[in-house]
Amino acid sequence: MYTKKRVVAMLLAGGQGSRLYALTKNVAKPAVPFGGKYRLIDFPLSNCTNSGIDTVGVLTQYQPLVLNEYIGNGQPWDLDKNNGGVHVLPPYETQAGASWYEGTANAIYQNIRFIQRYNPDYVVVLGGDHIYKMDYSKMVEFHMQNNADCTISVIDVPKSEASRFGIMICDEEKKVIDFVEKPKEPKSTLASMGIYVFSWDKLKQYLEENEKEANLKRDNNEPWSKDFGKDIITSMLRDGQRLFAYEFDGYWKDVGTLDSLWEANLDLISPPNNENRRLDLYDKSWKVYSRSNYMPPQFIGDDAEIKKSIIAEGSHIEGSVDYSVLFSGVVVEPGATVNYSVIMPGTVIKAGAVVEYAIVGSDSVIGENARIGSSPEKSRNDAGEWGGIAVVGNGVTVSPGSVVEPKQIIGENI
Amino acid sequence: MSVRNDYLGLIFASMHDKDVHDLTSKRTMGSIPFGGRYRLIDFSLSNFVNSGITDIGIITKSNYGSLLDHVGSGRDWDLARKKHGLRLLPPYVQEDQNGQYKGRLDALKNIWPLLEHSEAKYIICTNCDVITSINFHPMIKQHIATEADITLVYQKTPYDKEKDNGATIIDMDDNGRVTEVRVTPNDSGEQNMWLEMLIICKDKLKEIVLNSSPGDFSLTKYALQDRIAQLKVFGFEHTGHFMRINNLHSYYDANMQLLDKDIRDAMFPVDHPVYTKVGDSAPVKYGYGAKVKNSLIADGCIIEGTVENSILFRGVQVGKGSVVKDSIIMQGGMIDDDCEVIKAIADKNVKILDNIGPGKELGFRFLPKGSYVRK
Repeated sequence: MYTKKRVVAMLLAGGQGSRLYALTKNVAKPAVPFGGKYRLIDFPLSNCTNSGIDTVGVLTQYQPLVLNEYIGNGQPWDLDKNNGGVHVLPPYETQAGASWYEGTANAIYQNIRFIQRYNPDYVVVLGGDHIYKMDYSKMVEFHMQNNADCTISVIDVPKSEASRFGIMICDEEKKVIDFVEKPKEPKSTLASMGIYVFSWDKLKQYLEENEKEANLKRDNNEPWSKDFGKDIITSMLRDGQRLFAYEFDGYWKDVGTLDSLWEANLDLISPPNNENRRLDLYDKSWKVYSRSNYMPPQFIGDDAEIKKSIIAEGSHIEGSVDYSVLFSGVVVEPGATVNYSVIMPGTVIKAGAVVEYAIVGSDSVIGENARIGSSPEKSRNDAGEWGGIAVVGNGVTVSPGSVVEPKQIIGENI
Repeated sequence: MSVRNDYLGLIFASMHDKDVHDLTSKRTMGSIPFGGRYRLIDFSLSNFVNSGITDIGIITKSNYGSLLDHVGSGRDWDLARKKHGLRLLPPYVQEDQNGQYKGRLDALKNIWPLLEHSEAKYIICTNCDVITSINFHPMIKQHIATEADITLVYQKTPYDKEKDNGATIIDMDDNGRVTEVRVTPNDSGEQNMWLEMLIICKDKLKEIVLNSSPGDFSLTKYALQDRIAQLKVFGFEHTGHFMRINNLHSYYDANMQLLDKDIRDAMFPVDHPVYTKVGDSAPVKYGYGAKVKNSLIADGCIIEGTVENSILFRGVQVGKGSVVKDSIIMQGGMIDDDCEVIKAIADKNVKILDNIGPGKELGFRFLPKGSYVRK
């Protein structure tokens, strides 16, 4: 017996996050740590709870162990419910055989039965790799007012960056006229945030059609895809369905690359000038929830020097930390220096080591006097170019005195 | 029968409330904030949970609102269970009982009907004013091996009548059998101090409960002093670090002891997590002018000034140009810009807009919950 839910959220968490590969060797992208004590998936899950959405399907596929364990029964996000709650939905086998999720649309298609049990009016489709706080209920409201079939949340981006995104071209009422993926010459600066509200009957219809069409193409050895942006949105536009753009003005960051993950972490320290575009993690009315690891408070030692940084519980700091984000249980030994860096949970920076402009993954050890990364000031080449941030993966031991150059990515012990 | 069904844990959450009346005017011993993010009862609860004992009762007397709020259903300690789990045992009025326990025996008599129906063969009792991290299994093993009626957990420690007022000292013969139990005796020096934890066979407890008269309300007096010769009472030595809170001074010291790494490691062993209510606070944010030395800082703090030799609980804010030294600032404390706070214990949600120096009488200042120190 299932009671009707007005809104069900589906969270696409199966992505491999190949551009984060040093950090996603053994974990799915949504389980990548962020902001000192969170993981990426905490943001959409907390948004759901804070928006009053209590039924969430999480579609997993790539390296689900850590993610499944982390989500558990959903209790940290108040999503342990008798009716509804969070459900992890991996691909499964049927009498017709077993198949992996073959794209974002197919992942939802394979779980139509899950959604149908709640007989929702609206389905919110979310990604697991964006950092933002958003009230989805306002977007659903907007969707209803416009009597829309699909609403896509968009954010105004600088013209110079528009060609990196899926761009929506809208009329004055924000009705979507056209959608172009990564246009060379963008006709608008409204970028899709990968957050959709669908009227369930319409979504179901288009998922089923896409499935049929794509399978037919596959049988004829034609190129096919089962993707939200590429297939579902395009077909709905073609058929003249009512698609609207919901403009969001707040902090939003795609953390799909190592650079953007590093930037988004440091954004917490130095918020953007535009007040609307700041991410406030200290707002008690909209908390970002996460699974606690029950560590004692952080200890800051006698010789520590900490400036402009974010540090999480269980850390032990004896060295110098400037402009960095340190996660739970990080140890910075005496004489070690961490500048402009992101140090993930359980990592130890040994005495005398220098970590600058770098991401160091979870449970790694940076040996005595090792040097990871370097600042643009110190390491520009003759042409004035700086390599970029250095990255050390999860569980990596960097031996004493070793050097990791800017832009170098280390996945194995050195 | 699985192991855990044999043991029932009882936490006396309101014992010795009066010793720290400043901190217990609106709460009870068990819910006194401690160590940046904990309440005293977290240590007792975690000791049981880490020992695999999941059938737990919390006995309270008065002012238990904040305690109920803290433990809730017991979920954060994994004690929200169908089988066993957490039971809150506030006083209830019976025909011959006005609901206010006068001592441990009194409380045990009051809840006896409940204990009688428990499947447990042994009952382990702890207080909240002595905090330590202990696994109960070695004690249980010894209790069974010696066929004791009662086993008391003690530690050999320097004892000072003034400083350790209210402490219970035990003497044992060569076999470890307790021969005498004294409360705040005169002879200072190294003594075996009872850590207010014991294990008792349920059958023996039944005898004590049923045979004692309504006027007998102290377990220490009735069983451990008046009947020490008849009962088979043994001592079990616990060598892990412990702290006993018997006044505001020892409360201050106990918190400050956590700045010592060895003590911290003993109180928070890696394989013995101390569980507490999850607050979902963001990590600590240090500003440009932050200068922090030798301090324990809990999540949710925003530090713009100087903090030295201090314990900051969740969500404390230290403004620009301010200095916090040798102080304990509990949850939600707000220290404005350019204030000096030296040797203070600020209870929850204190707002400080002026300098606070160490008081003369105690050597530190106590600011009650919600105080507002104006300029």
